[in-house]
Amino acid sequence: MLSIKNMSVVIADKKVIDGLDLEVKAGEVHAIMGLNGCGKSTLLKAIAGSYETSVKGKLEFLNQDMLELDSSARAVLGVFMSFQNPVEIPGVNTTYFLKSAINELRLARGQEPVISPEFMKDLKENIEFLGINKDILKRAINVGFSGGEKKKSEILQMMMLKPKLMMLDEIDSGLDIDALKSVANGINKIRDKDSAVILVTHYNRLLEYVKPDKVHILQDGKIIKSGDFSLAKDLEDKGYEDVLK
Amino acid sequence: MSSQIEKLLDTEYKLGFVTDIESDQAPLGLNEEIIRFISEKKKDPQWMLDWRLKAYKMWLKMDEPSWAHLTHQKIDYQNISYYSAPKQNIKSLDEVDPKILATYEKLGIPLEEQKLLVGIAVDAVFDSVSVKTTFHEKLKELGIIFCSISDAIKDYPDLVKKYLASVVPMGDNYFACLNAAVFTDGTFAYIPKGVRCPMELSTYFRINALNTGQFERTLIIAEEDSYVSYNEGCSAPMRDESQLHAAVVELITLKNAEIKYSTIQNWYPGDINAKGGIYNFVTKRGKCLGDNSKISWTQVETGSAITWKYPSCLLIGDNSHGEFYSVAITSLAQQADTGSKMTHIGKNTSSTIISKGISALKGSNTYRGLVKIRPSALNSRNFTQCDSLLIGNQCSAHTYPYIDVQNTTAKLEHEATTSKLSDEELFYARSRGLSEEQAISLIVNGFCKEVLNKLPMEFAVEARALLSLTLEGSVG
Repeated sequence: MLSIKNMSVVIADKKVIDGLDLEVKAGEVHAIMGLNGCGKSTLLKAIAGSYETSVKGKLEFLNQDMLELDSSARAVLGVFMSFQNPVEIPGVNTTYFLKSAINELRLARGQEPVISPEFMKDLKENIEFLGINKDILKRAINVGFSGGEKKKSEILQMMMLKPKLMMLDEIDSGLDIDALKSVANGINKIRDKDSAVILVTHYNRLLEYVKPDKVHILQDGKIIKSGDFSLAKDLEDKGYEDVLK
Repeated sequence: MSSQIEKLLDTEYKLGFVTDIESDQAPLGLNEEIIRFISEKKKDPQWMLDWRLKAYKMWLKMDEPSWAHLTHQKIDYQNISYYSAPKQNIKSLDEVDPKILATYEKLGIPLEEQKLLVGIAVDAVFDSVSVKTTFHEKLKELGIIFCSISDAIKDYPDLVKKYLASVVPMGDNYFACLNAAVFTDGTFAYIPKGVRCPMELSTYFRINALNTGQFERTLIIAEEDSYVSYNEGCSAPMRDESQLHAAVVELITLKNAEIKYSTIQNWYPGDINAKGGIYNFVTKRGKCLGDNSKISWTQVETGSAITWKYPSCLLIGDNSHGEFYSVAITSLAQQADTGSKMTHIGKNTSSTIISKGISALKGSNTYRGLVKIRPSALNSRNFTQCDSLLIGNQCSAHTYPYIDVQNTTAKLEHEATTSKLSDEELFYARSRGLSEEQAISLIVNGFCKEVLNKLPMEFAVEARALLSLTLEGSVG
């Protein structure tokens, strides 16, 4: 469903991704690991269509050339990225933000706007599922949220938007065990045979709850080693230096 | 990205159209003859003509102020026509030129439907003459006077004489003085003692004739224990010539009275190269004369090439309260120098200033405020918050908050922030599926929320739409 060939990405005048290949099929979970600064976040941003990135090479999703589409159009196709540091937007109520986004996606897909009671019911269920304090729905998006609330809010948004490609950038960082479990449960609840997940993480803990089909190690702007879950375990036991020897 | 945004922002002025009707226009220039001409056209009583002439002589000795953070072409006061009116003298809607009605319809305020619209009485100003005042009779039952200031001068001379220039003296400033000499029309409202005006009063201004200055004069008086909410909304057709606008608004509240004054200003802003656009020099001031009275200014300023405007409150009555809520957007090459002046005179007086400035493209936005606590104003309070949002790399924001405290019992708070709408914020919203314009609109509306919430409901809807429209291409 996602096909990347010989992709290079420049961000802030620096070539961070250089000649990367990656194939992700529907139903798969991929984990991307690598040292700090190796380009993991940049890769996700490039796929989601960030302004900061300038991309060359082949980047296709559902057989569409993503390089011709802006970030909004990619979201319409079903691309979603949760941010490592979710952005605060003062004055924009979380519920309103979500509803606007959903309606915008529906409009672009030729669907009717969401029916309010259904939207609220869905929202309430997901909030309870994730164990989020419902107060955040009335608060401005990410403003004054705790670290855990921000991450859970990202998953909440993902559950509401129901994307086909879920890219999660260090969704596990700074979470306690309980929060990590609910985040993982959220991911598992909405993924299915028609959707795919890309997890960027430093730790195995998340991968134990969301089992990856493939694990990739990113270095020098390329995927230099791929394997199954055992590769992640190896990394945790031995560290990058030994594994890549 | 910024170039995309710039393209979006530089869209044509959406309300830019000119209605082709015959105007009864004064020749260019300003002199005593012109003032007599205006006065005659307005069928002024002698005292009004004398008043105008006195103002004119005073104005001749004054200099245009230069302290504002604004640069513009020198205004040639002799190259302006100071009077323009639609030719017919209209008594009923049926007599209104269909083209005028069509103009209103384009603006979304069809007069024909307004009769049915209970809840809003509209005193529509087309160029400088009131075309039609609706709901007049219904208001009359309550003893509320709501008419053009020209009518008030003729019909209620005692009230006008008592209050005109009692808040903004004739020689207060250069532009107010000019207005006193040449004002052509405007609104008069008088709310009698104990009456709560049951509907939003509203005026829609529209500048239309070529090279015509627009000099409105508004006077609103709220007697003891009364309340009124007044909405002023403006838009102008597309024009290349710079048009001068110098309005004066005076509000007076007596004991326990409240006036809520809301403005949406959307005059032609000129283009990205500062060609054309309205020069808007406005003096707005309210006087809380009675104890426990309240005046609240809310403004959404999206138009004009130049905005010079400081809605202010004189808090004279004990426990009186003044408010100023403002959103000012400068995009294209627009410049705004705006803010508020709160003068605390009575005991236990309080004031609130919330100002949100947004600059985009080459816009320049200045907040200028003065909070003055006189020795008599014991236990006064002020809270000021001014926030600036920058969009792109070519715009600017400036803040000049002055505080002058003359007693030791006052409490003042001042908060200010300047932030830049970042690519990251935009990307975040867009990655959720929002289009660029929507993302910008959402972020900007969020930034202005505290102010927009202060607007009357239907006005707020209009303001939000206008913000989005103005900011189509206003985030860079």
